[in-house]
Amino acid sequence: MESSAIVAHIIEQHRVRPGALLPMLHAMQDALGCIPPEAVPPIAQALNLSRAEVHGVISYYAHFRQTPPGRHVVRVCCAEACQAVGGEALAEHARERLAGSGITLEPVYCLGLCACGPSVQVDETTLHARVTLEKLDALIAALESAS
Amino acid sequence: MRTTIFVPGDAAALALGADAVATAISEEAARRGIAIKLVRNGSRGMVWLEPLVEVATPRGRIAYGPVAPAEVPGLFAAGFLTGGVHALCLGPTEEIPWLARQQRLVCRRVGVVDPRSLADYVARGGGEGLRRARAMAPAEIVRAVTESGLRGRGGAAFPAGIKWQTVRATAAPQKYVVCNADEGDSGTFSDRMLMEGDPYCLLEGMAIAGLAVGAAQGYIYVRSEYPHAVAALEAALAGAGDFLGNFTIEVRVGAGSYVCGEETALLESIEGKRGIVRAKPPLPAVAGLFGQPTLINNLITFASVPDILAQGAAAYRDLGCGRSRGTLPFQLAGNIKHGGLVEVPFGLSLRELLYDFGGGSRSGRPLRAVQVGGPLGAYLPEAQFDTLLDYEAFAAIGAGLGHGGIVAFDDTVDLAGQARYAMKFCAIESCGKCTPCRIGSTRGVEVIDRIRAGDGRQIALLEELCETMTQGSLCAMGSMTPIPVLSALRHFAEDFGGKCE
Ligand SMILES: Cc1cc2nc3c(=O)[nH]c(=O)nc-3n(C[C@H](O)[C@H](O)[C@H](O)COP(=O)(O)O)c2cc1C
Ligand code: SF4
Ligand code: FES
Repeated sequence: MESSAIVAHIIEQHRVRPGALLPMLHAMQDALGCIPPEAVPPIAQALNLSRAEVHGVISYYAHFRQTPPGRHVVRVCCAEACQAVGGEALAEHARERLAGSGITLEPVYCLGLCACGPSVQVDETTLHARVTLEKLDALIAALESAS
Repeated sequence: MRTTIFVPGDAAALALGADAVATAISEEAARRGIAIKLVRNGSRGMVWLEPLVEVATPRGRIAYGPVAPAEVPGLFAAGFLTGGVHALCLGPTEEIPWLARQQRLVCRRVGVVDPRSLADYVARGGGEGLRRARAMAPAEIVRAVTESGLRGRGGAAFPAGIKWQTVRATAAPQKYVVCNADEGDSGTFSDRMLMEGDPYCLLEGMAIAGLAVGAAQGYIYVRSEYPHAVAALEAALAGAGDFLGNFTIEVRVGAGSYVCGEETALLESIEGKRGIVRAKPPLPAVAGLFGQPTLINNLITFASVPDILAQGAAAYRDLGCGRSRGTLPFQLAGNIKHGGLVEVPFGLSLRELLYDFGGGSRSGRPLRAVQVGGPLGAYLPEAQFDTLLDYEAFAAIGAGLGHGGIVAFDDTVDLAGQARYAMKFCAIESCGKCTPCRIGSTRGVEVIDRIRAGDGRQIALLEELCETMTQGSLCAMGSMTPIPVLSALRHFAEDFGGKCE
């Protein structure tokens, strides 16, 4: 399906729900990897909002992106319980290792894996615990060779 | 007869490789021509033993852990299907001291029940609270909650019964029940474990709340960082049949904003807006979601209610100490050897939790600081480890229990760095409505940087800035960020190198 057709389909699916905007944005990002700028006008029209309002919501939430991510998204937990077991060094290492790799690195503030940190999430659903620098390197190498 | 094997599907177990273990077990069983029933349960909460595999035997469930896929053939060879002896065998799960010493109420079925099976939930006592509630007048349900002494588990510890009564007493054609499953605090995962391990318990608690306050529509707001919990809730709702009667529940997913855990920001977010905190009054109980009376509670608050109705308010109230009644599922996190979920009545000391349950640090070095209650919670030094785990005892030392998250740090921690992080986190997550929170937190980072660079005169400035944030912020994000900052400064002054006035 064309991206504009996907957008139209998702808008139709969700528009009548009370508070439809977030579910709509989630569905779009899940389907397209981001919320493309051309999706904003039809969303605004369907929900009777201004484009500025829709844009304001998209930019308010850290989860939503307006440009496509890299081949993969790696999220490293930067919150306290992971800091207590080396999370900062891991995040720093990830920054160096992933620079220019085509893989997107994002901070995340807790994945609920705080008894087995430092924690890493790959592409939304794959989780890794007690991640050492070596383990992170292996994980990234696997992502690079797979894609 | 097929032997039942439990391999947790809990996110922490998955992060430690549980899926590969489940696959290895299925394959090895097939190779040996043995029929097994594989259940993906929640986690028992002994995170250092995950993946923890259990086998149902006539002697009860026998635990093995932590299991790596490569050990699976050896486990079969050792006869683990009948509870056979193996180096990884931990004996009957219920008798593992760490678990046996707990008193699990709200989490009694987490890790035990098949989270995807309503029939299993009911077979293990689930549904009894809702059955009783259906035979009670709404006021009686509220009275039971009030008499239990249950206080909100989301952080502020407000008496649940009073809130329920306010919503019940506010007349409106439409009311809502909203579960706060945003669980943004670092060091907390009890909401997640319950969603993944015993979702029907939450659904039951919300349906009871609906009967009590006169609402037929519920929402569960789950953070986007928890996709496995969202999937578990969706599966439970899909399998709920007529269990909830005419009460309907919808799952809404957050989008990476900590402040959306604040109740009014959360309601804004469900409405499809930016998660900006609303001024109170009006209270959500009077004008909440879509302007209607709304009962919003933390997930553990709701999940505590089925048991209170099934066992009676007195049974719950009899546990605990002082004005903190019942149990709290504490979460041991960070640099701790035996981390995980510890549900005990209020009244143990922090030290007992850290050492008797936690076993000290994971690194083997001395524990130096503990942050209790999430990013807005105080850093406590060793000298305060004997504080009792009770809301008032913590308030008395300028700290709070929050959602029960306990993050341990060893002696390599730099508390000035942690204080800086607290300010930085506030700057990142501030909803932007109040200047002291939005601007003050950024100033706070700069001031702490100057202190760390050796300028001790800036300490007075930091204290002043904290005072402004405490006084001039609309919600706890801005008004409580000074707590971790000032507790770090007070108890660990040596880490703020410039303190040389
Ligand atoms: C910045 C901020 C974040 C919060 N995050 C959460 C959260 O993640 N989960 C939660 O239950 N309560 C959170 N709260 C508390 C809620 O505002 C509210 O007190 C709670 O949902 C009420 O439920 P309870 O009475 O059952 O505790 C937060 C409060 C603030 C100020
Ligand atoms: S204190 Fe901060 S987060 Fe809370 S309302 Fe004010 S600006 Fe928003
Ligand atoms: S703090 Fe990293 S997973 Fe919770």
